Amino acid sequence: MKKTILTAALWCCIGGAALYFLNALFMPKYMSEVPEGALIAEYYQEETGHDVIFIGDCEVYENFSPDLLWREYGITSYIRGSAQQLIWQSYYLMEETLKYETPKVMVFNVLSMKYGQPQSEAYNRLNLDGMKLSRQKLAAVRASMTEEESFLSYLFPLLRFHDRWGELTGEDVKYLFHRDMVSDSGYLMNVQVRPAENVPPGKPLANYDFAPVCWDYLDRMADLCQEYGVQLVLIKAPSLYPYWYDQWEEQIKDYAARRGLPYLNFLKLTEELGIDFNTDTYDSGLHLNLYGAEKLSRGFGTWLTQNCPVEDRRGQEPYEAVWQEKSAVYAARKERLEAEWNELNEGGSS
Amino acid sequence: MEELLSILREIHPDVDFETCNTLIDDQILDSIDIVTLVAEISDAFDVEVPPEALVPENFNSAKALWEMIQQLDEA
Amino acid sequence: MSFASTQFLAFFGVLFLLYYTLPRRFQWKLLLVGSLFFYSFAGWWCLIYIGVTTVTTWFTARRMAALAREQDAWLKEHRAELSKEERKTRKAQDKRVRFRWLLGCLLLNFGILAVVKYTNFVLSNISGVLALFGGGTLPIFSLVLPMGISFYTFQAMGYLIDVYWGKCPAEGSLGKFALFVTFFPQLIQGPISRFGDLSPTLYEEHPWNGRQIAMGGERILWGLAKKLIVADRLAIPLRTLVADPEQYSGVYVLAVIFLYAVQLYADFTGGIDITIGAAQMLGVQVTENFIRPFFSKNVAEYWRRWHITMGTWFRDYLFYPMSVSKPILKLHQRCRNRFGRFGKHVSVHTCSLILWFVTGIWHGASWNFIVWGMLNGIVIIISQELEPLYDKFHARFPRLRGSRGWDLVQILRTFWLMGAIRVLDVYRDVPLTFRQLGTVVTSLRPQALWDGSFLELGIGAGDWLVAAVGAGAMLVCSLLGRREPVRQRLTREHPQLAWAGCTALVLLIVIFGVYGIGFDAAQFIYNQF
Repeated sequence: MKKTILTAALWCCIGGAALYFLNALFMPKYMSEVPEGALIAEYYQEETGHDVIFIGDCEVYENFSPDLLWREYGITSYIRGSAQQLIWQSYYLMEETLKYETPKVMVFNVLSMKYGQPQSEAYNRLNLDGMKLSRQKLAAVRASMTEEESFLSYLFPLLRFHDRWGELTGEDVKYLFHRDMVSDSGYLMNVQVRPAENVPPGKPLANYDFAPVCWDYLDRMADLCQEYGVQLVLIKAPSLYPYWYDQWEEQIKDYAARRGLPYLNFLKLTEELGIDFNTDTYDSGLHLNLYGAEKLSRGFGTWLTQNCPVEDRRGQEPYEAVWQEKSAVYAARKERLEAEWNELNEGGSS
Repeated sequence: MEELLSILREIHPDVDFETCNTLIDDQILDSIDIVTLVAEISDAFDVEVPPEALVPENFNSAKALWEMIQQLDEA
Repeated sequence: MSFASTQFLAFFGVLFLLYYTLPRRFQWKLLLVGSLFFYSFAGWWCLIYIGVTTVTTWFTARRMAALAREQDAWLKEHRAELSKEERKTRKAQDKRVRFRWLLGCLLLNFGILAVVKYTNFVLSNISGVLALFGGGTLPIFSLVLPMGISFYTFQAMGYLIDVYWGKCPAEGSLGKFALFVTFFPQLIQGPISRFGDLSPTLYEEHPWNGRQIAMGGERILWGLAKKLIVADRLAIPLRTLVADPEQYSGVYVLAVIFLYAVQLYADFTGGIDITIGAAQMLGVQVTENFIRPFFSKNVAEYWRRWHITMGTWFRDYLFYPMSVSKPILKLHQRCRNRFGRFGKHVSVHTCSLILWFVTGIWHGASWNFIVWGMLNGIVIIISQELEPLYDKFHARFPRLRGSRGWDLVQILRTFWLMGAIRVLDVYRDVPLTFRQLGTVVTSLRPQALWDGSFLELGIGAGDWLVAAVGAGAMLVCSLLGRREPVRQRLTREHPQLAWAGCTALVLLIVIFGVYGIGFDAAQFIYNQF
């Protein structure tokens, strides 16, 4: 009897180990393709705290450069952004972040107010799989799941990705237990230039009111920040598309005024920031490229320094050492990407 | 008994019904043989074979069959 | 709740733990509660149907048994006063009284089954006929079939008839009887158990039996693997092939015959493996439903090895009683006297055809199934009648009979013949099915087999390979397990290897199982029958 139990336990361990290994193998690695999927998990490798945390969708992780904020203002910041991050995902990321640190400022990009329902399974995976297991993760999963998804597959992603057996590559083996950093403090760098031409005007909508559930989560964000003594800043990044309607702008402005929150719509500030949509966007206006992001960050850094209790931490340890290293990586990445882009352009023109 | 054996032989000429006692278990008689057999028996012996009598134990050997017929006649 | 779902695994896990931790006298009660809980997942209203069947059957059986007791006692008391003839008359009278109870209960329960299952079929056919004469159409009712109704109705009615025949005692406890009808592993797709077979282990107290539990668990895994890796994978190209019959004719129809045979076998026997395995883990012994049916050498044999409990149910409760009934016996006499050898078979063949008609319509309310049933019957009758011809053939080639090569020819012939009849399941209607089968002869175009067309049916080369390896493994296990199941031998002779096999099976199911996003585990094929 004893022997049987031991054997059973042994084989359960072997099976469990094999499942763990397979799980690691089958998880998409998001290294050479869809690097957005690797963003959320990178936060856990941060060694020092941040004064500013950005939360939101591609309009934050493509448009702000924490490295510039450090170099020019000594502001320590991190972007917890991910692709089509929905507002409940943002809220729970905020809650989770507060478990690790209490920043001075939380910056939330309000574009996701337009989505009142779970959108797509693919984005859910990109945004949620990277989170460490926590109460917040489970709540975010529950709030985000589309109808065909199963909760269990977020606890055991192998149940979702098992059908990748036909498409496993060397990359899946190489990155079994570690990942390369794809971002610079959550910023996904892009140096390509594609001018914005013919930006389509917004189509009229039947209803411009944001969904009640979105308001609810925005309220919870504001409450949460208040509770922790964090300044919540609402922003709308200067992306020309998806279209930002005036009716939406009004609602957010009213809300910010009512709750006493600062709200910056950078779409209206592009001239002051010096953003030129002929040179500062990599995909014709959806997202800024590195040059646009640095311009935007410069402007926002000035605003932060003037309006928020952020500190210039240059020269302070351990920040100085950590950020010097980050800057080096940033500069190297910039150089490499620019070289690649130039090569591509020259190849294209010859 | 002789009459019964001749009925059986007519259905399956190649089987030794006097000794075989696994007619059902070895699938020598299938369900179609069984109902043919019952029809012949009820005719020949003027007994009514009820459906509940159609169980393997009654059809495994000629002897068992014979006993069943006697019992049915007895009632 | 599908067997191949995490819901079911969780449900079964909890039930299993409670089953062996609660005091043993509660075990059968727990099974009853669990079964009702399981069944309520199909919709609480289903409980009403199964409740009516359970209560009426239980009550009628007890009534018949009580009557029989009283009648026996009376006869015993008055035995001396009565002559043999009088006794016989009295007995016949008594039987008629009991028969009235039986008939009432049968009519009620088969009536329910008939109404929910066949109303719309009948109405639409009547509408069709009316339309020929320019009449209007009748309404179609939205009757939803209670889950497993064909199975539990048959199981309950089998019990009732057994009690009437005196083959098994009437169960006194309503709770115990309800468990017999609702026992969850076999509720949705059979096997159709007999009370005499199931009840002893169903109500017994079961101590922990590691060996039985391990065997049961292994069988569940094997069933899941068959279903999730092979059946559900092959279901994808099958769906494509059947959805567009115009495009997929000729050699594709042969592919449908072959793939559907493998898919249905893997799905159905996989489900039965889970049923029997789950019951075994609870100490309950459920009758086997399949014995390697694809190795059958003729159609009659195939039906003794495929869905066995259904075949024997129809044989014992329909075919036999019908064959020995007075009208059929009269028919037999008349035909035998008039037509000689063939005449002897007329009555049997009549019964066969009725049997197969009913079997067909039991499978589903459509002409496809009726034609399917009749074809089975006709093939069996023809092979019966051709037997003298076979004998002559074998007398000429005496070495053929029993040789391996000839066996193989017979096996393949039966496989393809049954397969061709079986595709009536999958095509939309009867004429289409025959048109499709016709294209095999008229426009085979076999090049589709090797020009890569099969890679465009919804699954890629890798999936075809997985399905082929899986089906191959099933075949090998079937062949190796003729005397004793492979699992059993492995567990006895190389226990560590058995453990390794189970662990590997779990991993294989997790990786190669067809489940998850974009795929809703296809319900077991037999659920709605």
